[in-house]
Parts: sequence; C-alpha cells; structure tokens
Amino acid sequence: MKIMTNYSNAIKGLLGLLKGLKITGVEFFKPQLTIHYPRKEVTNLATYRGHIDLVAKEDAPLEPKCIICGKCAEVCPSACISMEMHVKGEQSFASPAECRTITVGHGIEIPFSGLRLPPAEVIERELDSFNLDYNYCSLCGLCVQICPVGSLTFSKDSYLAGTARKNFEFDLLQRLRERSRRSSQTTTAQEKR
Amino acid sequence: MMSQLLSYLSLPLVHLILSLVVILAFLGVNGIVLIYVERKVAGFIQRRPGPYEVGPWGLLQPLADALKLLSKQLVTPMGADKILFWAAPILSFAPVVICFMPMPVSPMFTGMEMNLGLILILAFTSLNVLALCLAGWSSNNKYSLLGAARAVSQSVAYEIPLLITVLAIAFQTGSLNLSEIVASQTKGIWSWNIFVQPIAFIIYIIAVTAETNRAPFDLPEAESELTAGFHTEYAGMHFGLFFLAEYSYMIVVCAVATVLFLGGWHGPFLSGPFWFILKTYALILVLMWFRWTFPRVRFDQLLNICWKWLIPLSLINLVLTALLVKIVR
Amino acid sequence: MTPSDNTTMQNILSGDYYTNNFTLSPAAEGDTLVLNLGPQHPSTHGVLRVVVELDGEYILKAEPVLGYIHRMHEKMGEVKTYAQYLPNMGRVDYLHALAWNWAYVAAVEKLAGVAVPLRAEYIRVITCELNRISSHLLWWGAYLLDLGAFTPILYAFADREKIMDILQIVTGSRLTYCYYRFGGVSADITPDFIDMTREFVGYMRDRLPMYKTFVTENMILRGRCVDIGVLSKEMAVRYGATGPVLRGSGVAHDTRKIEPYSIYDRFDFDIPVGKNGDAMDRYDVRIAEIQESLRIIEQALATLPAGDYLNPDVPERITPPKGEVYFAVEGARGKIGIYIVSDGGIKPYRLKLRAPGFSNLHLFAELSQGTILADAVSILGSLDLVIPEIDR
Repeated sequence: MKIMTNYSNAIKGLLGLLKGLKITGVEFFKPQLTIHYPRKEVTNLATYRGHIDLVAKEDAPLEPKCIICGKCAEVCPSACISMEMHVKGEQSFASPAECRTITVGHGIEIPFSGLRLPPAEVIERELDSFNLDYNYCSLCGLCVQICPVGSLTFSKDSYLAGTARKNFEFDLLQRLRERSRRSSQTTTAQEKR
Repeated sequence: MMSQLLSYLSLPLVHLILSLVVILAFLGVNGIVLIYVERKVAGFIQRRPGPYEVGPWGLLQPLADALKLLSKQLVTPMGADKILFWAAPILSFAPVVICFMPMPVSPMFTGMEMNLGLILILAFTSLNVLALCLAGWSSNNKYSLLGAARAVSQSVAYEIPLLITVLAIAFQTGSLNLSEIVASQTKGIWSWNIFVQPIAFIIYIIAVTAETNRAPFDLPEAESELTAGFHTEYAGMHFGLFFLAEYSYMIVVCAVATVLFLGGWHGPFLSGPFWFILKTYALILVLMWFRWTFPRVRFDQLLNICWKWLIPLSLINLVLTALLVKIVR
Repeated sequence: MTPSDNTTMQNILSGDYYTNNFTLSPAAEGDTLVLNLGPQHPSTHGVLRVVVELDGEYILKAEPVLGYIHRMHEKMGEVKTYAQYLPNMGRVDYLHALAWNWAYVAAVEKLAGVAVPLRAEYIRVITCELNRISSHLLWWGAYLLDLGAFTPILYAFADREKIMDILQIVTGSRLTYCYYRFGGVSADITPDFIDMTREFVGYMRDRLPMYKTFVTENMILRGRCVDIGVLSKEMAVRYGATGPVLRGSGVAHDTRKIEPYSIYDRFDFDIPVGKNGDAMDRYDVRIAEIQESLRIIEQALATLPAGDYLNPDVPERITPPKGEVYFAVEGARGKIGIYIVSDGGIKPYRLKLRAPGFSNLHLFAELSQGTILADAVSILGSLDLVIPEIDR
C-alpha cells in the first residue's frame, strides 16, 4: 500500500511540475514588462519627487516667495540648506566686506542650538543665494512642509545625473531666475509667432 | 586533381582531422548561439527583453562576452595547485570534441562510423566529472571543494540509470552503433523510441539534466549555497572554457537523445541534418525551460531520486525490454 | 619567498578574529571545515556573515556575526530633533519602511499627546498594508532565489512595481519612504491613489492562484520547505521571535490584534497561523498575510472618512514632556518597538529601536544545527531577514 501511495504522490508531483512549466510557457509569449529607458520613458514621472526648488511670486517671476525665515535650514536633518542674505537697504556700502551678510545653515548649528532668525518685520532682508547641497539630502520633505509661505516645492528633475559633488550643489535662487527667464523667453517667442 | 582530392578525403586520418576541425568550429558557434538563446529564453520567461543593446536584437552580446572573457587576466589563487588548476578547464572541454565523432547527423554525414559509438560517447562524457573534481580540489577554496564533492557523487550516481536506459535501447536495436539505432527508427513517427520506450526517455532526460549540472540539478554550482561551486576561483577564459564545456555537453546529450529516442535525422520534407539539428535544439530549449522554471533540489533528495526511483525504474525497464525482445524474436 | 614563508603568509591571511577564535564543536574531533557564509554571499541578502562549521555538508555549529552595516541609528536619535529623525526610519528596514515610520511617529504622538485625525489613521493603515504586501512579495522572490528558482523573483517584482507606483503618488518615493508625520501624514491621498489601489487589490487576488500553482504546489519546493527548520512554539517564544516566524510556529500573536493600535480594531481580518513551525508554514503564513492585508485595504478604502490628513495644531518643533514611552507596531517581519525617553527638550534623551529581525536571526544558530548546508540556506531565507534592520 505504501508503495502505491508513494507512486501516486510521485505522479502527482510530476504533474505539478508540468503545471509550473505551463505557467512559464505562457509567460514566455506575453509581452515584455521592461520599459527600455532611452527609447521609452516610464509613465509615472508626474508623481516623482525630486530635490527642492524655490517657488516664484505670482506677480514677480524673478523673485521667490521666500521670506528668509530660516525654518527650512533649521528643520533639515542633514543640513543641506543654507542661505546668504543681506539686510535690506544696506547693500550700497562702498566695500563688499562691510556689507552685513548673514549666512544661515552649515556654519551655525541651528538645529541643535535652537537659534532662530528674528522675524522679517524686525530686520528686513533680501536673499543673495539659496544653497542646496543635494549630496546630503534624503528627500524627506520636511522643509517643504514647514515653509510658512509655500516657497518650496519638489522638482520633477528625475534624470538628474552628474559626475562630481559640485554637480549637486545648487543655488536655487539662480535656478529660479534662469527658469523664469527661459519661460518668459519662450512665451515672448510664442507671442511673436 | 579532383578525384585525387576526394581520394585523400577518404583516407581515415584526413577524414578524422577534417571532422575534428568541423566539430570544433561547430562547438564554438554552438556555445555562442546557446548563450544567446539561453539569455533570450530566460528574458522572455521573465518578461524582459534579454540581451538587447549590442548589435541588432543583442545578437552580438555573446561575442562581446567572449571577447571580455578572452581579454581578462587568468588568476591563479594563492595555494592552488597550478598545473591541475590550469589543466581542469581544458580537460573539461577536450573530451566533448570526441563525443561528436560518431554522431550520425545524416545517413551520409558521420564523423566516424564505429560500432561502439554509444559506449564511446558515454565514456567521454564521464570524463567531465574528473575535470570538475580537479577544478574544485586544485582551487584551494572551500566552496570549490564542496562543489567538486557534490559533482562527483552526483555524476557517479546518475551515470548508472543513464547507462541502464541506454542499454535497454541497445537491447531493442541489437546494436551500439548510433547509425543503426537511427536506422531502426525510420519506419514512421511511431517507430521512434520515445513512443516505444517512454519511461526510458523520461529517465534519460532527468539523468542527463543531472549529468550536465543543469537546474534543477545544478548542485555543484549552486549559487545561493556555494557561490559558484567548483568554478568559484576561475576567471577569464578558464571560466569561459567551463562555460563552453557546459553548453557543449548539453548539445552532446541532446544529440544523443535525438539519436536514441527521436529518430535522429528521420523526418519528412527536410533533409537529414536539418531534422537532426532541429530536434536537438528543441530538446535544449526544453532543458532551458526547466532551468528557468524550477527551484533547485536538495543534494540528498537528488541522490534519493536517483537511487530510489530512477535505478529501479530503469532496471525494470531493462528487464521488460529484454523479455519483449526475447518474445518478439 | 620560501615555502615556509608561504604557509605563514597563508595563516595570517586566512581568517579574522572570528574565524581564528571560533571554538570548534566538541563533537567534531578535528575533521571539520570552518566556512564563512558572507559577509558577501548570495544567500545572506546583504552583509550578514555566518561562520559555520561543516562536517561534510552537515552543519555542526553556526554563528551569526553582525555589525557590517551598523549605522548608529539609535545614537543618531539622540542628536537630532524629533522631526529630523523621521528620514532615518525609512532606512532602518527599507522593505517595510512605513511600519517603522508609524512606530516612531506613534511613539512621539503618544508621548506628546498629539491627536491624529481619523482620515490620517485610515491613510496610514492603507499605505502600511500596501507596504507590507510589497515586503512579502520581495521576500517571496528572494526566498525562491535562495532555493534556486530564478524566475519567481521577477514575477514578484512585476507586482511589487505596481505597489511602488501607487505609493509614489502620495509619498513621492519608491523605497525609503518618509511619509508619516506627527499628527498625520505629509500628503493627502488622491482619487488616483484610491482607484489604483482598488484595481491592485483585484489584480493581486487574481495573481495569487498563479503563485500557488507555480510555486507552492511545486514538488521540488515542498521538498525544500516541508519539515525543514522546525521551530517549536516553546523555542520561538524563548528567543523572542515575532511576526510570521512566531505565527508559523502556531502562536497567534499579532500586535494588530493583541494590542490594537490606531484603528486596526475596526477591521475584520484573521491571523494566519502555521501548525508545525517548519519553513513551509512560515511560507504559507506570509502568503496568507498578503491576502489578509488585501482584505484590510479593501475595508479601509470602503469606509475612508473625509477630513484632515494632518493635525494642524501640531507645533513646528515638537517638544514632548519629560517621560518615557514604548510603542509597538506589527511590521512585515514582526514586532517593531520604539522606546523613547524624553527630558523635555527638543531631542530625545534616549531612543531604542527593537528590530524583529534581530531576535529572529538568533534562532538560526540553534535551528540550523545538524542540518545540511542547503537546508540552512532555506531556513535563513524563511526567517526573512533584512540586515540593515538587524544591525541598525
């Protein structure tokens, strides 16, 4: 009896193996799932969340919404964000060394010391550069969430690639201005047509 | 002039050398084709394109791979037995060439007609085990050693059912000459041995899968257990030779299966060699299909299948064949 | 170099502290082979190292060696503010990142007394369960890869890709999510997300029978799993194993049921439990868990309430009061526990992560004794280890 069950089990097992072969055989003729990158692109890039970018004011496309509160630089877990600014109205000093420039970010350990910039009404200031060191960014999105004026957004730059660290150190203010110039050029070009 | 050339051709030695050259060329091309086909089959089963970038449809990919292997440095690990380490890949590939000599590709086209062709092939395919054993032992690597130990016990075990099933076919035909075995199957498709001896065919396929170390019986090179088994330490063309040998053995066993079970060159419309190659490659495709479908069996299970199932079954098959042959004659 | 130099060179080069100080098992009588599985080995899924002593192919003794991917996550918790620690949680266990996210935010919420809107709880359940399925799918593929089947992992990846597309809509990332926030989640789910999730639930249900015929009923696979690595109830409890490893041994312990957190008590789902505690049972439990997760997602989608996705009253810089808290959630690999001590400042005073993989791995030493090398690989795979989680 035992031998008989042994044999029937073996035959059942072999049939099971044939079923497996059938599945791979069917899959063989199904269309490919691979999306060949340089030739085709994936369709879900719209939801991609790249590095952060500044958002321009609606009325002034060259100026960011940023009020230079420093909250993003403070909350950033990897201290990617730093900015340079000057106090408004004082930029016309004779020598640049005398210009009162404040740097927020890397140098000053804001996250740990709990230091905060005085509110914008107390000292009015203007942005010189908004630096993002994307090498350290972990894309957590805390800065975008904490921004009180919605001046930060995620870019859709999914094919970002570079060969050196320098390629990933961005001045977001410059990027914003270049972007708006480019878009205004294209719109004027379209209007001319 | 022409007749003189032809008379030279009929000299046994010239014939031998010529067929050796042809076989070597064929094996090289075969290796390259099979690598491409295997990767494409794997790709399609897994719903990917497989090789794609080099050449049209990736056709030049195996050539690129071969070039890469050729240009790589041959490294001998510290503490390895240098001579054996270098000899093993060559020893693994060399016997395959001889295995093709008695293969009846068509009624007119055989490397060397011999009465004991089947025995010759079986004898020389077994030499592969020695190469694997040497490779594993001489590399001075623990994984290689384990792989070699597995290879030896596996091949020794699977030699037995293989021999017994082949013997049953030989009983039935009354000859060990491969051409005669094919000639006995030319009375229509139902005279093929796969229909006369289906059990023998199944045993043969299982045994040769194990014999050629193909998945699901690829234990000597079980990747997830022994990293790469016996060829862990091999790089460059050393590894390339093992690879070539693996594919060459595949085509040897599939060609033998074609001869023994699928009627060799027999078939309608097309001429002999076409049918022969068609059947051989179809069988190889089936082996590839196995590989990309099944998990690996465990080592003791592998030996259990052999000793508890295949050997008794093949013995029963042999006895039945002998009885039937006795009654019919 | 003289031959004697050669041998000394070899002695110096062969093995490090662990291999040179490896105590051979007394039964060995000296005729054994000490083999390093890892830290670079195909079956260890990362940088786990196991020093095994082999007699032929039988394992006499196995000793896991840890620390190759230790990143000081616990210490990092002490020097970062509460919010700044969030991205770390996606990197402890990258396969079920959202469970770690959840454990951490929930612990802080409990400590600081932050209320979570109901809609946020639902979103958390849906995304966390989706993530659990993707983790189990990856395990399924990787386990079969360990057993020598190359194709299943690509089928699993094809399905997992759909989950990652879905989660990308709301989280923006595909693997190391940082989605949960104190008092909710960082973004609301979109109608797109809901549609795709509904579609996925149906798709996955259709897909599971294929998995079953292709793999679960395969004779060769059953030979590699059934009665391999039998883990008794008592031993599983003794080692503090959790998750599918514990449930495979027949203990119906699931944090979602035993100590229901969030809104898990509102859903109707079962805890799949194994009988014998072998590798096959652990396998079955995980496949059944995929089905249960699909059930939970379906129910959550059907009863999804409207409302806030983030509590607007949470301060920008959260400072929980002095005290300590422990919060546990059920991850794909078992119970994830987070213990936080606060001194009332902006950073935790001490943070302890309880990784389920750590306890599960240590079963291996005892479980693999006397088995064949191939079985050890099968056992190691069936424990579903994620090494970064074990080392933290």
